[in-house]
Amino acid sequence: MSSVRVIEVEHFEAWRAAARELLREGVAAGDVDFFSPSVQKSLFGGEDGDGGESDGGGGGDALQQRSVKGQGAVAQRRDTPTVPPNFIKYARRVACHRDEQRWNLLYRLLWRLTTAEPNLLHVAFDDDVRRFDLMAKSVGRDAHKAQAFVRFRRIETEDGEQFVAWHRPDHRILRLVGPFFSRRFKSMRWTILTPDESASWDGAALTYGPGAPASAAPAVDDLDEMWRSYYRSIFNPARIKLAMMRREMPVRYWAALPETQIIPEILAEAPARVAAMLKYGAAGTRAVSAAEFLPEARDLDSLARAAAGCRGCELCERATQTVFGRGPSAARLVLVGEQPGDQEDQQGEPFVGSAGEVLNHALAAAGLARDEVYLTNAVKHFHWEPRGKQRLHKKPPSRAISACRSWLEAEMAAVAPRVLVCLGVTAAQAVLGRDTRALKTRGVPFASEWCERTIITWHPAASLRARIDGERERIARELAEHLQVAAQA
Amino acid sequence: MDVRNKLEILADAAKYDASCASSGSKQARAGSLLGSTEGMGICHSYTPDGRCVSLLKILLTNYCIYDCKYCINRVSSDVPRARFTVDEVVRLTIEFYRRNYIEGLFLSSGIIQNPDYTMEQLIAVARTLREVHRFGGYIHLKTIPKAAERLTIEAGRWADRISINIELPTAADLVELAPEKRREDVDEAMGDIREEIDQRRDDRKAGLKPPTFAPAGQSTQMIVGATDSPDAAILGTATDLYQRHRLRRVYYSAFSPIPFADDRLPPASPPLVREHRLYQADWLLRFYGFKLDEIVTPAAPNLALDVDPKLAWALAHRDQFPMDVNRAPRELLLRIPGIGVRSVNRIVDSRRHRAIRLADLRKLRLPWRRVQHFVAAIDHLPRAKDLESEWLRARLGGNATGLRQLDLFEAARSAHSGEV
Ligand code: SF4
Repeated sequence: MSSVRVIEVEHFEAWRAAARELLREGVAAGDVDFFSPSVQKSLFGGEDGDGGESDGGGGGDALQQRSVKGQGAVAQRRDTPTVPPNFIKYARRVACHRDEQRWNLLYRLLWRLTTAEPNLLHVAFDDDVRRFDLMAKSVGRDAHKAQAFVRFRRIETEDGEQFVAWHRPDHRILRLVGPFFSRRFKSMRWTILTPDESASWDGAALTYGPGAPASAAPAVDDLDEMWRSYYRSIFNPARIKLAMMRREMPVRYWAALPETQIIPEILAEAPARVAAMLKYGAAGTRAVSAAEFLPEARDLDSLARAAAGCRGCELCERATQTVFGRGPSAARLVLVGEQPGDQEDQQGEPFVGSAGEVLNHALAAAGLARDEVYLTNAVKHFHWEPRGKQRLHKKPPSRAISACRSWLEAEMAAVAPRVLVCLGVTAAQAVLGRDTRALKTRGVPFASEWCERTIITWHPAASLRARIDGERERIARELAEHLQVAAQA
Repeated sequence: MDVRNKLEILADAAKYDASCASSGSKQARAGSLLGSTEGMGICHSYTPDGRCVSLLKILLTNYCIYDCKYCINRVSSDVPRARFTVDEVVRLTIEFYRRNYIEGLFLSSGIIQNPDYTMEQLIAVARTLREVHRFGGYIHLKTIPKAAERLTIEAGRWADRISINIELPTAADLVELAPEKRREDVDEAMGDIREEIDQRRDDRKAGLKPPTFAPAGQSTQMIVGATDSPDAAILGTATDLYQRHRLRRVYYSAFSPIPFADDRLPPASPPLVREHRLYQADWLLRFYGFKLDEIVTPAAPNLALDVDPKLAWALAHRDQFPMDVNRAPRELLLRIPGIGVRSVNRIVDSRRHRAIRLADLRKLRLPWRRVQHFVAAIDHLPRAKDLESEWLRARLGGNATGLRQLDLFEAARSAHSGEV
């Protein structure tokens, strides 16, 4: 007991020098007790006899064994004992740990390694080795966190710009990470402050100084805002995993991280952002569809009533009303256009504007009465954009087309027509999908997924838009001809 | 539009890309004044969705002349658009880096004008960072298929990693959903990169000092669940890419429905657990000595969702267990469910010096509930009755709620750790 040597060391190098000397003298692990200057040890006062070995019976046992059969080993030892390089590497880390017993643990391992157990580090299950591993790991993690969470703030000083950071590590890792920062930020002049000590780089040399409180570092940086914008934009509000975030970025570091200030804010706005994403069918949510608005009864009247309340996509928001199909359920022909226009939107009926007039003429020319066909559109709400005071027709987004498909399917099922006529190529694309080869040939019946006899013809509005002489008449004539083909198909 | 608005749009547009790692580059760039890459990438922050922030991950622009159905930036999409200038990206990277916010830059882009023009813009950013600012931090450039070979090669000169997205598991999938992209073009570009990497390696072996070329290698990303290609096709393509082009990583990204989607796309994401299982299978193929046909077969082309692929294999080969940790060779230890490469190394290392007991295994913090049925140690032997029993799968597999809770994050985690 009285022969226990008490040695004060602060940094790894001091311990290393002392340990080397002790080994040379053959001082066993149980006969020395290291301590760090900041730590008041009761053992030092000599009030407690069994001091140095209070931790870990396992280690003690191993030492006992050694002192019985290890005498020869002590005698054979060379003056500078060799230890596995891994030991030095990890011992350097363990030396930064705040555990008071770290120096004793290191010396005990060193002793065991250089006397009877040169392969000790390979025995992962040994209690000393395990503790050594765990301590090295926790310091390693802490050093890694410092590399990650140090945030420099730029200040202008008399001799140019300077970067200052304040960071609170768990262990005394500054000397472990100092070289990393000087390699990485070679061209900057920087200082990292921690409560225990500080490190500075002037572009050429790394020096260490006393610790400092958080208030010693600048509180803001002119780039904070930009960084926060970035942080906000990459966050996915549909997935919140706070526990995960806190585990990887513990709250004790937050004070020094500019981005953490907006965490409460972006969490608060997350539900609204998710709602917006839901509405537009974004990441991780189901696609929009009118399907859930379909009524149980599938007759045309029930369908029309239910469609009046459809909110299957966002088009309903800016349109006046749903323009559902019109016509008898016994119709042999279903005529489908792309979407209602301005007039239709206001009156709530398909094909009532000037295009409707062209259609009426063509129907009559083909020998068909308007009230014996079923008229509808691929999309049931008017999609428009303002142009001055006018509401200009805009092609419906494909999302709306697919959302609205459920209505058309229900109408086709209710009417079960003999022939389906698509009015215009855009209508045909909306109904049949983009890749239909048949899109090129107007007026020739073909089988589609919708109907055994499907025909594509002109949209009546095409005749109104025609600028070339004679075009107008030709389109109207062809429209009528195609309708006649359809009537006879 | 000011830089901050652009940043908001172009960071948001880039967040769909899964390949965000910043690791794998060790060698320091000669003459750099700011920035370093030292092997392991660092996560500088975490967002409330639990994801790591390591790189400034942005698009140069989200304007695009292509119309890939699964992509939010396709020409027919309605998203707000923006475009950075080369200088703006350079400045953001440098200033973020100097504050230690990031490890470097991940730069990708929509295709503007044509592939070559776009590629030149991306290269200009990387070249300016390296040459003007002497930037030594991490740069990942996403290259554009069909860009000229000389441009791909120049990109590799400035970047740590370059990648080309394979996008979809099969050539037919591409034809359907990405009409402007062809598998042959992607393949050719990957081949060019590989040749270049090989060339440098040979030069180094011959004692020459060739200029750097993509020291962190090349990677790719595959979207999972946008088409109905099974896992066998996905893993088959990945295996082929690892072998033929020696990719460092294949990232699997669960398809997520995007605003204004095309109706050829499925309305919902595949279960996230599928992505997770793919990463697990990927690790088994690369580091655990598994062969593709041990993981998926024509009869069962999809990975099980309730159990991980290693456990699935073990359950199908129960006669090979329990595995004696004191005697079984390393490659068989790697087949024990719940014991990862690191633990296997420790076991192999330790058992040379001392016989392994149950208490030792416990110290390795293995998922014992699973492991116990498959290992034997000096004082442990699982009950044969348990190992053979019908309910073992049900007991060890995840239940439905457990699976639902599995999240992108876990997938990302298994993408990094690879412990299976
Ligand atoms: S366009 Fe069709 S799906 Fe969209 S709200 Fe109107 S009726 Fe419903």
